[in-house]
Amino acid sequence: MNTSTEEMWDIELTPHGSLFDLKLKDIWHYRDLLILLVRRDFVSFYKQTILGPLWFFIQPLFTTIIYTFIFGNLAAIKTDGLPQPLFYLAGITAWNYFADCLTKTSSVFTVNAGLFGKVYFPRLIVPLSIVVSNLIRFAVQMAMFFLMMGIYMAKGANVHPNIYLLLFPFLLLLMAMLGLGLGMIISAMTTKYRDLSFLITFGIQLMMYLTTVIYPLSVVKEKYPHYQWVVEYNPMTPIIEVFRYGFLGEGTFTMLSLGITSVITVAILLIGIVIFNRVERTFIDTV
Amino acid sequence: MPPVIKAENLSKAYQLGEIGTGTLSRDLERYWAKIRGKEDPFLKIGEVNDRTKKGQSDVVWSLKDINFDIEQGDAVGIIGKNGAGKSTLLKILSRVTAPTTGSVKLKGRIASLLEVGTGFHPELSGRENIYLNGAILGMRKAEIKRNFDEIVDFSGVERYIDTPVKRYSSGMYVRLAFAVAAHLEAEILIVDEVLAVGDAEFQKKCLGKMGEVSKGEGRTVLFVSHNMASISQLCNKAILLNNGKLDYFDYAASTINEYLKTDNSQAEAIFKANKSLSMSVLSASLINKDGKKSSEIALQSNFTIKVTYQVNTPQRDVICAVGIMHQGTPINTTWTEPATLQEGIYHTYFQMDLLHLAIGTYTIGIGLSIGKSNIQYIGEALIFTIELDRLSDSTIVSYEANTGLLINQMKFETIKDNEANF
Repeated sequence: MNTSTEEMWDIELTPHGSLFDLKLKDIWHYRDLLILLVRRDFVSFYKQTILGPLWFFIQPLFTTIIYTFIFGNLAAIKTDGLPQPLFYLAGITAWNYFADCLTKTSSVFTVNAGLFGKVYFPRLIVPLSIVVSNLIRFAVQMAMFFLMMGIYMAKGANVHPNIYLLLFPFLLLLMAMLGLGLGMIISAMTTKYRDLSFLITFGIQLMMYLTTVIYPLSVVKEKYPHYQWVVEYNPMTPIIEVFRYGFLGEGTFTMLSLGITSVITVAILLIGIVIFNRVERTFIDTV
Repeated sequence: MPPVIKAENLSKAYQLGEIGTGTLSRDLERYWAKIRGKEDPFLKIGEVNDRTKKGQSDVVWSLKDINFDIEQGDAVGIIGKNGAGKSTLLKILSRVTAPTTGSVKLKGRIASLLEVGTGFHPELSGRENIYLNGAILGMRKAEIKRNFDEIVDFSGVERYIDTPVKRYSSGMYVRLAFAVAAHLEAEILIVDEVLAVGDAEFQKKCLGKMGEVSKGEGRTVLFVSHNMASISQLCNKAILLNNGKLDYFDYAASTINEYLKTDNSQAEAIFKANKSLSMSVLSASLINKDGKKSSEIALQSNFTIKVTYQVNTPQRDVICAVGIMHQGTPINTTWTEPATLQEGIYHTYFQMDLLHLAIGTYTIGIGLSIGKSNIQYIGEALIFTIELDRLSDSTIVSYEANTGLLINQMKFETIKDNEANF
């Protein structure tokens, strides 16, 4: 009776899409948009500022100084024998990348509601562009870290870069995936329950204290052997420990802990993408 | 022509009221119903979406069981009152939101222009925004580059192309935005009331471009507007939506007529007295040549528009005016001589016997003013139709509006030129 069922249709809009349809083909088609969004973020970041891209340096630099003063000198937390500023800067640089990806991704739907409400493009492009544009900022901060490392090494400090340095790209990928995955889960939920956007700001801060940013894992193991698992199974901990070990020569991790982190990260990312894809279809009705 | 858009039982439900408070318990209730295999408890009551009436449930069907096929190359207007579901339909077609039930099938790339300038970043220059906006609308960079000069040329803002768009006037902003969208190489183009902005010259340019797109290039255009003039100018077909249902789908002219007729074709309109104004319109009515109230006027016959208004405080220079419009295009306006009026109720009779309107649906607007300052204006106070009188002979001349809104004939004379050599 219906002859048109045999015809070829390019797009079919239905109430529910398939769960694992990641629209990779669509995303590939929109790859130029990704690049342009990254450019927009970068340019608009320092437009009408005097210091411009210098702001990329200022924030981690001052945080390092303050951490050195409070946690290093006042609280006298050990740093595995590493120079304190270098120890904190390594933690801050890595943590910042993860935290930036997470916070910015988590507000994707609410911030872009106006845009998403008007025109269709694969929504996943926006979180991806966030991860990429944060990469620029991360690269600048890494440059500062290398500079500081060079200064300390020239002074003959106890810093020993080693072969684990080669894991760096992998660590970066893990951080991006983890930030993206968690961010997407939260962003999907904030469209309905705005409470989560309040939670995220101090949630990230709390999570930082459960990660080995201001203290090494070895200290936790020594002082709180009963609670160390909280810190140890935090997926960010092995990433930062390996990062520190590779560049500075001190850090506590096993290949197993890094493996567990990788598995958790991939799982979170997959859950994130599935939830994100489900919500993007109708979020505009509830946002 | 094969269909390029096919909607089947398309419906969309919206939740009314506050979203956020109490949604968690509601969501849990929904989820509970779902795992038991029951129907969604909040979608049960299927009500007609009439915004003027208070409904029973919190869920309203913005679109209900819409079916249609749109063929390639058609320019389809979508008309209906506010809240009829026009924007919802466009949102589903442009993939901004998913339908609640039913489906839409599309052939080819689809580009939507629900609001021009979406994604423009104020800090970026016009040039950068062309690329960004183009990419958001689905163009590849190479595609934009190829069309870049044409886009700039069409927008007419060449001089400002390297200035941040936050320095643009709103007109320039819209011009640039429309120019980008107009050069999209998509097979289906969706446009929502963009022409409400920009000056007359640019509006004409946009309409021209859209006509070119659908007629010349065989692309399909969907166009939502309240302006019947631009719908009839641009579209060959039109869909009439009413309370979320598809009422009528035919050639543009007949759909527009249907819309104006179903709307509220009326011979008399009563208005609420407004004591806060110095004077206000109380009622208006249309009287045919037999002295009876009627919304149907026979072709070529005289009719009278009666306006009743009250003057609350004594006024000088009172002017009452009526205007006749056809699908948004004014045909004529008549003003009374300025008069000094004491408080009280007045009737003004406007008798039409000079112009003869062609067959079609017309609206009447009424205005009251004191000197040059407007006191009250009612845009569509009355709606009436001019119908063919059985006695009129329509074999020689056409009385339809497509040969002109007025059927008055000019005086003419044919003489032989005796001096010319033939």
